[in-house]
Amino acid sequence: MPRFAHPVFEYRRSADQDSPRPAPHKVVVVGAGLVGLTAALDLAQRGIPVLLLDDDKTVSVGSRSICQAKRTLEIWDRLGCAAPMMEKGITWQVGRIFCRGKEVYNFDLLPEGGHRFPAFINLQQYYVEQFLLERLREQPAVEIRWDNRVSGIAPREDGVRLTIETPDGAYDIEADWVIAADGARSAIRRLMGLRFKGRAFQDRFLIVDLHLPEPPFGRRGPTERWFWFEPTFHPGDSALLHRQADDVWRLDFQLGPDADPDEECKPERVIPRVKAALGDAFKFEFEWLSVYKFQCRRLEKFRHGRVLFAGDSAHQVSPFGARGGNSGVQDADNLAWKLAMVVKGDAPERLLDSYDAERGPAADENILNSSRSTDFMSPKSKVARRFRDAVLALAESHTFARRLINSGRLSTATVLDFSPLNTPDRDPFPPAMRPGSAAADAPIRQAGRDGWLLDALRGGFHGLYFGDDDTRHLPIPVLRCDPQLDRDGLATKRYDGRPGTFYLFRPDQHVAARWRSLDPAAIDAALRRATGKA
Amino acid sequence: MTGKLNTETAFANPDDFYDALIEAHRGLSEEQSAQLNAKLILLLANHIGDLEIIREALTLARGNA
Ligand SMILES: Cc1cc2nc3c(=O)[nH]c(=O)nc-3n(C[C@H](O)[C@H](O)[C@H](O)COP(=O)(O)OP(=O)(O)OC[C@H]3O[C@@H](n4cnc5c(N)ncnc54)[C@H](O)[C@@H]3O)c2cc1C
Repeated sequence: MPRFAHPVFEYRRSADQDSPRPAPHKVVVVGAGLVGLTAALDLAQRGIPVLLLDDDKTVSVGSRSICQAKRTLEIWDRLGCAAPMMEKGITWQVGRIFCRGKEVYNFDLLPEGGHRFPAFINLQQYYVEQFLLERLREQPAVEIRWDNRVSGIAPREDGVRLTIETPDGAYDIEADWVIAADGARSAIRRLMGLRFKGRAFQDRFLIVDLHLPEPPFGRRGPTERWFWFEPTFHPGDSALLHRQADDVWRLDFQLGPDADPDEECKPERVIPRVKAALGDAFKFEFEWLSVYKFQCRRLEKFRHGRVLFAGDSAHQVSPFGARGGNSGVQDADNLAWKLAMVVKGDAPERLLDSYDAERGPAADENILNSSRSTDFMSPKSKVARRFRDAVLALAESHTFARRLINSGRLSTATVLDFSPLNTPDRDPFPPAMRPGSAAADAPIRQAGRDGWLLDALRGGFHGLYFGDDDTRHLPIPVLRCDPQLDRDGLATKRYDGRPGTFYLFRPDQHVAARWRSLDPAAIDAALRRATGKA
Repeated sequence: MTGKLNTETAFANPDDFYDALIEAHRGLSEEQSAQLNAKLILLLANHIGDLEIIREALTLARGNA
C-alpha cells in the first residue's frame, strides 16, 4: 500500500511584490487549511476571484483531522471533490463503547438508507487538503501563494491592507475582503488584538498514528469507532481507536494532567502502550506521535468589518465529536455564498452579519458538546467521577444510562435556529426540516437518470415543490417533486411533502422557508429576508 | 426483571440533564456533595411517591453500583 508523501509547493515571486502601490484584490483568503481551501473553492465556483495565502509549502502535517462528517462530504460534493475522498476514505457509522474490557453500548449514526454519503469517512487531513487543492487548481479565478505569511493587517471601513512576509522580503496588498482561515493560532486574530475566550482542559492525550500492515481485531478489522473507558490495557483512563486510509490506525490514549509530553512521545514509552492495546503479535510502524492538550474557545464576533474569521481561527474545540474541521467547513459553506453575493452587488453588506449570527450559535453548540464529552471522559471532581462510574455500571443493563455515556457526540449539520434569514413557519409543519435545517438528501430520478436531491439544489436559491401549479413565473428554479422524481418516496417522507408544500432553499442548501401552498408573494418576501434585504 | 421502574431514556436531551447534575456539585467539598445527593434523592423519591418503584430502584442501585 503506497503511503502518503507530502508534496512541496514552491514559493514563486509574484508581480505584486514589484508593484509600486499595494496591488488590489477582491477577496483574500489567509490559510490553505481545510477551511480556507473550502472557502476559496466555493467562492471561485461562484465566480469570485480569490487570492489564497499560506505560510507553509505543503498540506497538513501530523496527526490531525480524520473523521469527515456526512454534511462536510455533502458540501465537498457540491464543490466537486467528494468522489476521490470517498474512494480513498474508510466509511463507518457504528461506534462501540467498552468499559473495563466489556462492550456496554454501540450506536449507529446513520441507521436509515437512501443517503448518498455515510455518517462518516475517516480520511487523513493531508489527503483531504490534497483533494481540495487538486480541485482548486482547476479554477482559473484562484491564485495560491505558498510561503506567504501574513504579518501585518490594517483594516479600514472600505478595505484591508495586508503585509506579507516571503523569502524575498515583505510586500503589501489591498483586499476588499479578507477571510481569516489561519487556524487556531491565528496571526490575524492576534494582530487585531481580539480575545479568544474559553476553557483549557488540563488532561493530556497521546495521539499515535500507526501503520499496521496486518489489521488488528480480525482479518479486516473494524471500520468502526472503538472507545474504551478504563480498559485493562490502559487502567484508569480512556482510549480511542480509528482506522484511517492506507492501513494507518489512530490510537488515542488519555494520559491525565501530569503526563510529561516529551517523555510520553518517546517510542520506548509508546511501544508498550500500543502492544498492550493491540497485542504483541502485530507489526507496526509509527506514522506520527504527539501529545496534545485541548481547548474550547471562540471569538466573540466572527465578523470584524471586512475581516471574516472562519474555522479554528474563530473557534476551537476538543477533538471528541470531530467538530473542529467539520464545523469549519460549515463556516465556509455559510460564508461563501453570502460574500459572493455582496461582492457582486447582489446583496447588501449586512448579509454578512448573518454569518456571525448563524455560525456563532453553531460554535457554541460545538463547544458545549465537545466540553461535555471531555468532562465525561476526564471527570473534574470526585463526585463527577462517581456519577460517571455509576453511569458506566448501569449502562450494561439499562438503556437510559447508555444515553448518558459521552465519548463524543459526533458532528452533524447545525440547524440554524433563530437565524435572521429564516422565515418562521406560518403553516403547520413537523420540526424536522424546519427553517435553518440543512437539506436532507434523498434519491431522485430526473430525465431518466438516478441521482440525488442535493445535486439538484446546487448554485443559487432553489424551490422544491410538491404540487401542480405553474411555477415558471417564480424568480428561482423549482424542482417539482412528483412520484416520478421521488422514486423511493423518501423526499416526500423527509420533507413531509403533503400536496402543495413548497420549500425554499438557500445557496448553502439550508431551508430558508416553507409553506403548505404556493405563495409567490411569500416566496419573494422570504428571498428578500434570506439575502439581507428585509 | 420487569416492574414499574422505567429504565428507558426519559429525557429528550440526556446530556442537558447530566450537565445540570454535575454543575450542581461544582465547588462543593466531598461532604457537601454527599449532602446534596442525599437531599436530591429524598426530593426525587417524594416526587415519585410510589414505594414499589423506589424499592425497585434501590435494588438495582445496590446490585450495580
Ligand atoms: C488530534 C486532532 C484530531 C482532530 N480530529 C478531527 C476530526 O476527526 N475531525 C474534524 O473535523 N476535526 C478534527 N480536528 C480539528 C481540525 O484539525 C481543525 O479543526 C482544522 O484543521 C481547522 O481547519 P482550519 O483550516 O481552520 O485551520 P488549519 O487546518 O490549522 O489551517 C490553517 C492554515 O493557515 C496557515 N497559516 C497560519 N498562519 C498563517 C499566516 N500568518 N499567514 C498565512 N497562512 C497562515 C497554516 O499554515 C495552515 O495551512 C482534530 C484536531 C486535532 C489536533
